[in-house]
Amino acid sequence: MAKIKGTIVVDKERCKGCGVCVASCPCDVLALSAEVNSKGYPAARMANPEACTGCASCAVICPDSCITVYRQKFE
Amino acid sequence: MEKEVKLMKGNEVIAHAAIRYGCDGYFGYPITPQSEVMETLMELKPWESTGMVVLQAESEISSINMVYGGAAAGKRVMTSSSSPGISLMAEGLSYLAGAELPCLVVNCQRGGPGLGTIQPSQGDYFQACKGGGHGDYKLIVFAPNSVQEMHDHVFEAFDLAFKYRNPAMILADGAIGQMMEKVVLAPQRPRKTDAEIAAECRTWAACGKPADRARNVVTSLELQSEKMEIINHRLQEKYRALEENEVRYEAIDCDDADYVIVAFGSSARICSATVEMARAEGLKVGLLRPITLYPFPTKQIAELAARGVKGFLSAELNAGQMVEDVRLAVGGKAPVEHCGRQGGMLFAPDEVLAALKDKLIKK
Amino acid sequence: MAEVEIKQENLVYAKPRLILDNVMHYCPGCSHGTVHKLVAEVIDELGLAERTVGVSPVGCAVFAYNYIDIDWVEAAHGRALAVATALKRLRPDQMVFTYQGDGDLSAIGTAESIHAAARGENVVAIYINNAIYGMTGGQMAPTTLVGMKTATTPYGRDPRLNGYPYKIAEMMAHLEGATYITRQSVHKPANVRKCKAAIKKAFQRAMEGKGFSLVEVVSTCNSGWKLSPVASNEWLEQHMLPFYPLGDIKEVK
Repeated sequence: MAKIKGTIVVDKERCKGCGVCVASCPCDVLALSAEVNSKGYPAARMANPEACTGCASCAVICPDSCITVYRQKFE
Repeated sequence: MEKEVKLMKGNEVIAHAAIRYGCDGYFGYPITPQSEVMETLMELKPWESTGMVVLQAESEISSINMVYGGAAAGKRVMTSSSSPGISLMAEGLSYLAGAELPCLVVNCQRGGPGLGTIQPSQGDYFQACKGGGHGDYKLIVFAPNSVQEMHDHVFEAFDLAFKYRNPAMILADGAIGQMMEKVVLAPQRPRKTDAEIAAECRTWAACGKPADRARNVVTSLELQSEKMEIINHRLQEKYRALEENEVRYEAIDCDDADYVIVAFGSSARICSATVEMARAEGLKVGLLRPITLYPFPTKQIAELAARGVKGFLSAELNAGQMVEDVRLAVGGKAPVEHCGRQGGMLFAPDEVLAALKDKLIKK
Repeated sequence: MAEVEIKQENLVYAKPRLILDNVMHYCPGCSHGTVHKLVAEVIDELGLAERTVGVSPVGCAVFAYNYIDIDWVEAAHGRALAVATALKRLRPDQMVFTYQGDGDLSAIGTAESIHAAARGENVVAIYINNAIYGMTGGQMAPTTLVGMKTATTPYGRDPRLNGYPYKIAEMMAHLEGATYITRQSVHKPANVRKCKAAIKKAFQRAMEGKGFSLVEVVSTCNSGWKLSPVASNEWLEQHMLPFYPLGDIKEVK
């Protein structure tokens, strides 16, 4: 059966660590990093990448346009 | 439309001149004694002939901000009002100057302060010539003394406004606005097309960003003080250039005058009769009439003082406003006095002559 | 397990083309950034990038002109709809919209807003309602809820002193010139998508000369509300939406 998987790329320097993407993800993929970026913000990261379906909820809600989303169908 | 000669009111001619100049938009609010400006525009229906927009706004605050919007798009736009309405426009005028936008504002002065009276006055000189709103800026100020000048100054003021990217004001009064005189109306000039404006105002107007230039942002905001100071310097250079190049005045019988009356607008009309009366009595009196109040004919007055004029009388329909600029120009070389009426009262030519004798000649 | 390849044909979502690279000065999690993206996407999708002029407010979004790549005019506080009126009347071929906060549109700008709507100007007003004055440090707005604490209502808004919040959207719906009035939010992805559709409809209506549109976006101000961004979105759902209900208030076909 085909499976849709997704992945995201986060612009870590642009991210302000607001956490709204983490709360919006329906698959609990995201978390804020333990490290901070050069502005002192903990950027978002994929803590559980296997669960990502590429729904783009995180990117859609991100106020700073930090997230780029890719999706691929696997047979 | 060809050149025409007509008899009409000062307020009416503002409307005719605006249309013939190729004005793009008028946004205004009724207030006595200038409502005929907008009424005439509505009767002439220029949206059917030249495409000019004429819109009655809900207040003077809205009017001046509509002017700001139109000016931001590089359009030739204007409004008109009278003293209390001009006070409401103070914020908008400061923004227009700060954002370096051209426009025309006509003030048909009435007696004040406050709600005041609807009769004519010159009590808004300070407001017009010292900026009117907050911050370091000036308006280009024209002071017509006839219906013909009301017409001509629409053309000149708009031209200067665009040349220097600064708001311009025609400082008239209720008398000039309401009086009827013969006037030569200029032939119709075509309105600028959107393409012409996009080209001429390419570096600054907000008129839709094509792919081949960066976005234009019309704003007067700059939070970094170092940059804001530079912007202010640029504005001040503009005002120095205006003062150097754009002073307009009329000198009547000043060449051999012992005493000079300085007067503008309606007051100057009255004082030209004063000069005739004085000369008939053997007094060598002249009249210096500023046509631009900003830039002020400082140099011309200073030259008269240096030449040996024995006294200056600033005759204005207020409690003493232009007299301060006359005093500055004279620089202590001769006495400077004021005579005036307030509250919508006008002086008669012999009143001014009596004041001249009383305050300057007898002393 | 196979990995998703990062390449153009797999791309689902990216920073909108008209959003500039400038880092936004807004607080982390602020609704402004999200709404800016929607405006940028709608302008691009409707092919209006070269003939849109935006009018920015006085408020945190005064710098909207640094983030969306179109021509902008910065308006005096509250006057944006007067500015927009002239821009649209003089260039009816262009798309003109304002982007204003609750103080800008419904306090100091009330007259300009009501009259632009009454005249049926073919413009769109995007109204960011977060029940507070963010930029100036979190003071009361006309939309501040009864009991809500702000810098000028430190003990909670008392109607005996400061009256009641009012809903300008419902008021505007009475005006014949106001033909599309809607209230949206961006606190959840589904709401973000609906908000975008509303903005798109409003922009289309303006270009078709169908009258005045108000798109109210019930938003958060996590700095003014003194909550985290995530907690602010929750507070919005619990406290703002019951008073400012979402949905289309008016749509004239």
